[in-house]
Amino acid sequence: MTTAAPAAVLRSWRMPDVPGAAYLVVILVGVFATANADFLSARNLGNVALQAAALTILSLGMTLVILTEGIDLSLGAVLGLCGVVAAILLVSYGASLPAAMAAAMLVGVTAGMCNGVLVAYAGMPPFIVTLGMYGMAQSLAMVLTSGNSVTGLPPAVRWFNEGSWIGTPVPILAVLAVFGATWLLLHRTRFGRYIFAIGGNRHALELAGVRVRVWLVAVYAYAALLAALASLIMTARMNAAHPTIAIGLEFDAIAAVILGGTSFEKGRGGIGGTLLGAIAIAVLRNGLNLIGLSTEWQVAVVGLVIVTAVALDALRGRV
Amino acid sequence: MIASVQRLPADVLFVVFTRTAFVAALVALLALATPHFLTVDNIVIVLRQAALQFLIAAGLTLVVITGGIDLSVGAVLGLAACVAATFIANGAVGLGIAAALAVGLACGVVNGALVAYVGIPSFIATYGMLWVAHGLGYVFMNGEVIHGFPAGFRFVGAGFVAGMPVPVLVAAGLIVALHVVLHLTRFGRALYAIGGNAVAARLTGMPTRRHLVTVYALSGMLAAVAGLVVIARVNAADSGTGEELLLTAIAAVCLGGTSLFGGAGGIAGTAIGSLILALVVNGMNMLGIATLWQAFAMGAIVILAVLADVSFHRRRT
Repeated sequence: MTTAAPAAVLRSWRMPDVPGAAYLVVILVGVFATANADFLSARNLGNVALQAAALTILSLGMTLVILTEGIDLSLGAVLGLCGVVAAILLVSYGASLPAAMAAAMLVGVTAGMCNGVLVAYAGMPPFIVTLGMYGMAQSLAMVLTSGNSVTGLPPAVRWFNEGSWIGTPVPILAVLAVFGATWLLLHRTRFGRYIFAIGGNRHALELAGVRVRVWLVAVYAYAALLAALASLIMTARMNAAHPTIAIGLEFDAIAAVILGGTSFEKGRGGIGGTLLGAIAIAVLRNGLNLIGLSTEWQVAVVGLVIVTAVALDALRGRV
Repeated sequence: MIASVQRLPADVLFVVFTRTAFVAALVALLALATPHFLTVDNIVIVLRQAALQFLIAAGLTLVVITGGIDLSVGAVLGLAACVAATFIANGAVGLGIAAALAVGLACGVVNGALVAYVGIPSFIATYGMLWVAHGLGYVFMNGEVIHGFPAGFRFVGAGFVAGMPVPVLVAAGLIVALHVVLHLTRFGRALYAIGGNAVAARLTGMPTRRHLVTVYALSGMLAAVAGLVVIARVNAADSGTGEELLLTAIAAVCLGGTSLFGGAGGIAGTAIGSLILALVVNGMNMLGIATLWQAFAMGAIVILAVLADVSFHRRRT
């Protein structure tokens, strides 16, 4: 046996066209259901869905960015900044809920457009641009709040977490709406076709006369807009806004996208897989909680899962 | 070798000119703004701060020269520091240092293997390692703070030799050693070749994969060394040690003119970059700007430095 053997086996193993996240969800549900009787209770599964809402929305935006062979490490920090801005407007300035929502989205879109312009027009590597933005957004959120939580939100905010419509909780509705909108965007518009093409062959697209840079800015702006939306759900869930609440959530989002079968190369993948990936991550965290593994361990376990998933992807993808 | 010697002048002139002007302008501004800046005490503080930042950025510089990135330096620093602290607080200084280096080496080898042999983009592999190391650090410390190290160990971070802080002397030694490695050894020149054109480097018969693993291993071990100096200086370690150091490390490398595209730059530039960052942080403190703004400044500096690098890169090609 040579050292190349495992890779060769993986390469020859033709999996059906299902993202790895599907297998992971099945395995995780099986393991946790056996380990803890409460796992399959309706109440806990409802909890998983609610916990997954913000992550899923963030992951959908991240999918578009990764499809263009980019990455956005700033989404968690931007989410925190958006939540803090909305909460401060509500609490200290007595702003109306729609006005606060609009402000959060404006902050998100501005941050996303800065990312997009630096990536598309200045030609900087996405991970550096968004790492810089991560530092700036987190610092701004800390400065605005002096590092404290913003509490005392008007009761109306809680509707984003507790409200429901035709028997469906608002966070789930939000996920369905964002998923539907993003699916239409990807598969029924020119924008969507360009997103796949930018990852596939950006140069060819430019030669065909498409203004790739404008569309790239739009991709980063859309991802950050979804972060702003997720910040509302998260703020409602916590009934407070904290500047560092979502630091590291971008990592879960990247893991969800990769587990969902979207590749860092050649514009392969889609948002259906991402939905499964986000569910897998949410199930993993919930199950680890139930069996009593601390959040600290969870960070390490999710890190291992993502590295393993990318490694398998890389080993299978190479000829 | 000939290629790198021919290419050096343009890079070196550009970097030396712009960065020296930057340092001079900063020093002049701060000296005008506050009378406490140009005192011997404060300059020693700035130099020590610069030395700590350089230690963290030194290994990263080698990685960036090969065209990669190591986003795990801060987290590996923290994990190594936590592991070392448990030994050192109980008096086992030698064992602690060895454990820190082993942790750094292990993380670095895994990073290197994932990048070189599995073929994962370096920013993904090391970003995963960031969270693994971070999580393990948390688990290891269980929320506790270890403090109170033996005086002999504290000397490494807080002591003075001939009026100079020990970290400055360690950094000075490292600058010379890494400069020699980069420019006078086959391994060092191979790093520039890999960063310049990885395929060409492999086709000339260089063991590029082995070199890459070595580079990431060095980066991990140097992060561990930085972790030892940091905890010796603050006399305490917790799971948050090193968390905020990633941005500053990348900022120091970029400011020092090492190109993210690989194949160009050097260790002296990173030393100048670290000095600039130390001046910025010290100046912000002197001017009474809240420390919460420092992450903003680091983020902005990273973006501006890379912006300058990218536009310079474009003009040349």
